[in-house]
This record gives sequence, structure tokens and C-alpha cells, in this order.
Amino acid sequence: MAIDDLAVRVNVAVASETPLVERLVHFWSNHFSVSVAKPGTQFEAGPHEFNAVRPHVLGKFSDLLKAAVLHPAMLLYLDQFQSIGPNAPFQQRRAARANLDPQAPRGLNENLAREVLELHTLGVGGGYTQADVTELARALTGWTVPGIGRVGRFAQEQASGAAFVGLVHEPGTRKILGKNYAAGGPEQALAVLDDLAAHPSTARFIATKFARHFAGDTPPEGLVARLEADFRTTGGDLASLTRTLIASPEAWVAGPVKFRTPFEWFISAMRLSGLEGLEPQRIARVLNELGQAPWRAPSPAGYDDLAASWAAPDVLFRRVELAERMAQGAPADDVLARAEAAFPDALSDMTRTWLTRAESGRQALALLLVAPEMMRR
Amino acid sequence: MLTRLDRRTLLAGSLALGASGLVLPRIALAQTTGTRKVLFVLLRGAADGLSMLAPVGDPGFAGLRGAALADYEGAARIGSFFALHPALTEVGKAATAGEALFVHGAATAYRERSHFDAQNLLETGGSAPYATKDGWLNRLVSLTAEAHKGEVPRALAIAPAVPLALRGDAPVSSYAPSALPAASGDFMTRVASLYEADSELASLWARALETRAMAGDDNLNSLRDASANGALVASLMQGARGAQIAMIEVDGWDTHANQRGVFARQARGLDALLAAYRTGMGEEWRDTLVLVATEFGRTAKLNGTGGTDHGTASAALVMGGSVRGGRVEADWPGLGAGQLYEGRDLAPTIALESVLAGAVAEHFRLDPAQTLARLFPGRIGKPLSGIVRS
Repeated sequence: MAIDDLAVRVNVAVASETPLVERLVHFWSNHFSVSVAKPGTQFEAGPHEFNAVRPHVLGKFSDLLKAAVLHPAMLLYLDQFQSIGPNAPFQQRRAARANLDPQAPRGLNENLAREVLELHTLGVGGGYTQADVTELARALTGWTVPGIGRVGRFAQEQASGAAFVGLVHEPGTRKILGKNYAAGGPEQALAVLDDLAAHPSTARFIATKFARHFAGDTPPEGLVARLEADFRTTGGDLASLTRTLIASPEAWVAGPVKFRTPFEWFISAMRLSGLEGLEPQRIARVLNELGQAPWRAPSPAGYDDLAASWAAPDVLFRRVELAERMAQGAPADDVLARAEAAFPDALSDMTRTWLTRAESGRQALALLLVAPEMMRR
Repeated sequence: MLTRLDRRTLLAGSLALGASGLVLPRIALAQTTGTRKVLFVLLRGAADGLSMLAPVGDPGFAGLRGAALADYEGAARIGSFFALHPALTEVGKAATAGEALFVHGAATAYRERSHFDAQNLLETGGSAPYATKDGWLNRLVSLTAEAHKGEVPRALAIAPAVPLALRGDAPVSSYAPSALPAASGDFMTRVASLYEADSELASLWARALETRAMAGDDNLNSLRDASANGALVASLMQGARGAQIAMIEVDGWDTHANQRGVFARQARGLDALLAAYRTGMGEEWRDTLVLVATEFGRTAKLNGTGGTDHGTASAALVMGGSVRGGRVEADWPGLGAGQLYEGRDLAPTIALESVLAGAVAEHFRLDPAQTLARLFPGRIGKPLSGIVRS
């Protein structure tokens, strides 16, 4: 069940001794966003993150791209599973039959192709055209989900957990971003994805987004340029990209650079409170109330990574409501000492004062969970 | 070919509406915003204008939409040319009452097909995506305050977070129903003290409390129930302390597959929301303007999966007690093969920005040209006029 997957995501992040890796997983999972709101994806969103995203966050971007885009969750979410090449053998046979249901799925769907170019690789303004979108959609035909429809028995299982059905694949060579791709089966789309991963626009797009996540809403140009160069010279080595980020002075400025998203705040609050054993149902409900349920972003662009999107009155109010409730079930001793340990040399006098004045350990903990230090990172 | 003016006249629905504006005596509110209110409803995901208001009089329509045509048999007509989607019953009644105006073939200055860029442009009002940082509704708050040399109008997002259109220098609050247990009064007082030295959090907190107080007990656990939602928005906008400029978002319009069913469900939700809002505003409906718009339209022809893909022009809806409604404002581009934009989309013939700017300018008694220049800088052309009865 999706709710159990959600609890796994939260519990791993709360208990992790390598929180940076967890943040990378969440960053890339949001980059390749899928939503359980789409029928059919409920049981696939968790496995998408666990099996397609997580293994690659310190690997090659091209491997991450292929795994994430061609996973059943994404194929379902962006309608790829029912896209059929207009000249594919299956389509030709159907057209030959007389009483064709005009409402039945019978053609190309370019949703996934467009988002791959716009959101996953080159980015808007990355230099692709509508013709490239349509050609990529044609190359992607045949990539679908096992066990769907009448063509299911012709499916060849693929490494990503997807299936390839040659009968619905659009025959012929494809031309994308000026390059020709030989006619073929599943490998045609794989070849295009490899080239998209290596495109200079992709390096720029990924570097900017990565920098924005770690170094602030308007990331320093020097950092973006360094990450971009790293991505290009290493061919999209994400371990190297992460090392370059860590070695960059821009990642170590004093003081917070980002307003925490609801999910980030919740994980921090769970870690700081020491609260354990929350039921999966409760975790799901709380994240929903905080305004950021994982795998439920309103669009394929994922959740916004800008402070202006989250620093809102109601967002703050919900954290305050939840903090008081969380503090009731958590260990409430030595809150001031815990605060000093969590924010060494960074705890404000104001926070220290109000923690000291709290009427109980529980109230002190609740205040700490919503203190200014906890709202930003 | 007909001229632009002729075609508009041809498409106009009820002609009796002009007169009804004369019935209500206008109090001299011209120098203030008085109690006028504006609600902006953003349909995210590109709502299909050709489904919302179907051009059944266009000979090309049947060929493009096939079986979906059956939905419009017996549907309410707006003029002789357009049929309203049957799920929009209450909107149809508002149109009959002369309080709903449709604009068809409208699009922003954006001509690509990315939801996110298009929404960015529609929300910021900039001439290119990401070129402007604040939102046009936020600038409307400032503009209204300056123009009437009065108090800054209260602005509110009925959403868990403030959408881009409302972000900017003018203060804005946000509100969404919560299912979390309420915090205790003592704790909330202490939180206020804790935030005293932090201007950002102090301001967010003050606005959160203010809005909570207005909503009272909303009896809602989420924003999902459309009708209750419309009533909630009305409760937050009613009266002298209510928000004057507000925004709500409705997601889920990206109908790439099986559009007939999905669109009908979406339209029912929107219809229920607008109906409950109209009822909830009561007497104040007379001074209320509702703007319903989406980032772009969808392809004219159904795709291979019974849906439509990202397109260009769509329809917009303007509602309110003083709207010159019951008609369609359109310079109909046609659906013939040579008439579609890039051979696939309904062609844009009216700038959506001119509709939004024209409507709020007339409603708030602002100078239309200045309003357009401030809210949507860099646009050529004039704001649409004659939207609100004066």
C-alpha cells in the first residue's frame, strides 16, 4: 500500500545517519515527480523512488534518467502506457477492422515526451521544438506497463519493470535535436535518452536546479557554473556533482538560505523530537495537512523549491498546530540542551529565552519545533 | 468575411441585458473601491475551452470532437453558436440571469506549450515566463490602494500556500481548512512572542491569526469539497472585514486521456464552487467580480487516447452581479484546417490579459490603460471594455 511506502520514506529519513543521501533521494524523486493521484500509480510511486531513483543518486545521470522515466509509475502517470504509434502494426490491423470504437485509445500521446524534454533534461528554452517532442513521443511508443490491454501478451519485460510491445512501436528512424536514430525496438528510446542526458542544456538545467536546492532560491552564478562544468566533464557523474557542491564555499555560508518545505520541516521535527513509531496512516495524514504529501505534487514539475511558495501564513499555522501535538508524545527532558546541540552557536537569545520561560518541558519542546531556527535551513 | 465587430455582434447572446443595468441606482462610489470584491479562480492544467463552451455552430467542431458532441444535445445555448457544457448548470443559470460573460478564443502572450511557463506568465503578468517576480493580483492590490488613496485592500489566497499571482510587496494572507487539532491559546501566545524579533515569521503569524479568526469553524477538513469550498471563500470575503481581492486554484484540468469523463467531473466541481460562492456572497454579489481563467487551451482534435494535448487559446469566464453577461465575447477564429493555430489549436484572437485588466479596471473604477500597463506590462492593444455595467 502506498501509505506504507510513505512511512518507509519518512522513517528512513528520520533514522538515517547519512541525511545528505536522503536529501538527494528526495531531490531527485521530486525532479522525476510522479503522483499517486493518477489512477493506477498508487502502488508504483514508492517503488519508483526506491528502485528507480535511490540506487542512482550517486551514480550516472543517464542511468537515473532511463530508470526514472521508463519506470511503470512514470509511464502510467504521464499516459505513455497507452500511446500507440500511428503506423505501428497493431494500429494498422485495427484500422482495417470496420467497427472501430472512435473513443478507444488509438494513437500517439506526447505527454511524457514533452515533460522529459522540459522537466527532466533540457529544460524550457533548452533548444527543442514541437517537432522534437513529437519525434520523441514516437520513439517512446511501445514502452508500456506489463499486463495492460490486448497487446499485453506480446510484451517483453524490461529492466526498469516496464514492458516493451513491439507491435505498438512506431516504425522507422527518428530525428531528434538534429540527430538521426536508427529504426529499432526499445533501444531507440534508450539511445535518445542517453543523448538528452549528455546535452549541454541538461548540464545547465540540472546544475541550476541542484544549486537552488542547496544554496538558496537565487543560487550564486559561480556555484552554478562550477556544477555545470562538473556535470559536463564527468558525463553526469552525480557523486562528483555532490562532492563539488560540498567543496564549494557557497554551500557553507553562515545562516540559513532556504525556508524549509513542509516535508523538510516534518523530518527535522521528527528527528529533533525523538518521536517514534508513528503509524503509517498518521504520517500520511500529517504530511497532507502540512501541505506536502510526497508523491502527490500537483504537477509533473514536482513541488516548488522556492521559499516564496512555502513561507505562507497557513503553512506556518499548521506547523504550530502539529508541533504542540507532537510534543505531547515525545520525550521532553533537557529541551534547552537539545536545542543547543541541534543549533550549535546558532540558537538565538530570543529562542533561548522563550524555551526557558516555557511552563513545561513539553511546551518548551513544542516551541523549539516551531522556533525560527527550525523554519529555515 | 465578417468584420471583427460584426462577428462579435453576431455571437452576442441576450441583447436585453444592457437595460437591466439601469434598474439599480448607483450610489456614488466612483472615488473609492467601496466594498467591491474580486475573486480570481485559476484553473491549473489547461482547461479545454472547446469543452467548456462548445462552438456547436462551427461546421468543423463535429469532425474534431466526434462522440463528445452528444454531450451538448439539449445543453444550454449561449447565443446560437455556443453550447455550455451540461455540467455547468449553475453557471448557465447565471448566464441566463445576465451575470456570466464568456470570452472565447482567449490566450495570454505565451505561445509555447509548457504548463509551468504558461502559468508563470499568467500569474506574474510578465511578458515572458520568469521575467517578473511578483504577481499581477498583488500589483492590483497596490494599484487599487494608490488609485483610491485609501487603505490597502485585504488580499487572501484560499490555498495552503500563496500562489504566484498573489505574491509580491503588498501583504497577503492565506487560508486553507485544517484537520489538525487546534493549538492551545497559551501556546499560540507564546509563539507570537517567540517570533517578535523575526519580521518574516511575525508577519506570517499575524496574518494567519487574522484569517483564522474570520473563517471561524469552517467544518471542513480539506479543500476538496467544491460546494463547501465556495461557501468558505464567500465567508472569507463577506463584509467590511472580508478579503477584497482573493484567489483560489482548481487543479486537474490536464485531460490528456479520456477527456469526456474527466472534464465533466471537473466542470461539476467548478460549477458547485461558483454556485455556492454566488449564494454565499448574498447581497454583496452585486459588487463582486469573479474571473475564471486557465493558462492555455488544448488541441482542437481529440488525440489517440480520447484526450487532448497542450494547445493555445481557451475560454475565460467573468461572473458577477454587475457583469454585462449572458453573452460570448469572441472574434471567432474558426476550426477549419487552415484556421487552427499551427494546424492544431484554437487560434488566439483575444488577449486574456486585456480581459483581466479590463474587467478589474471597470470593476474598481481604475484607468483601464494604466491598469493594463501596471498589471501586464509590455502588452500592445487595449483592455477589453464593456465588461461591467457602469
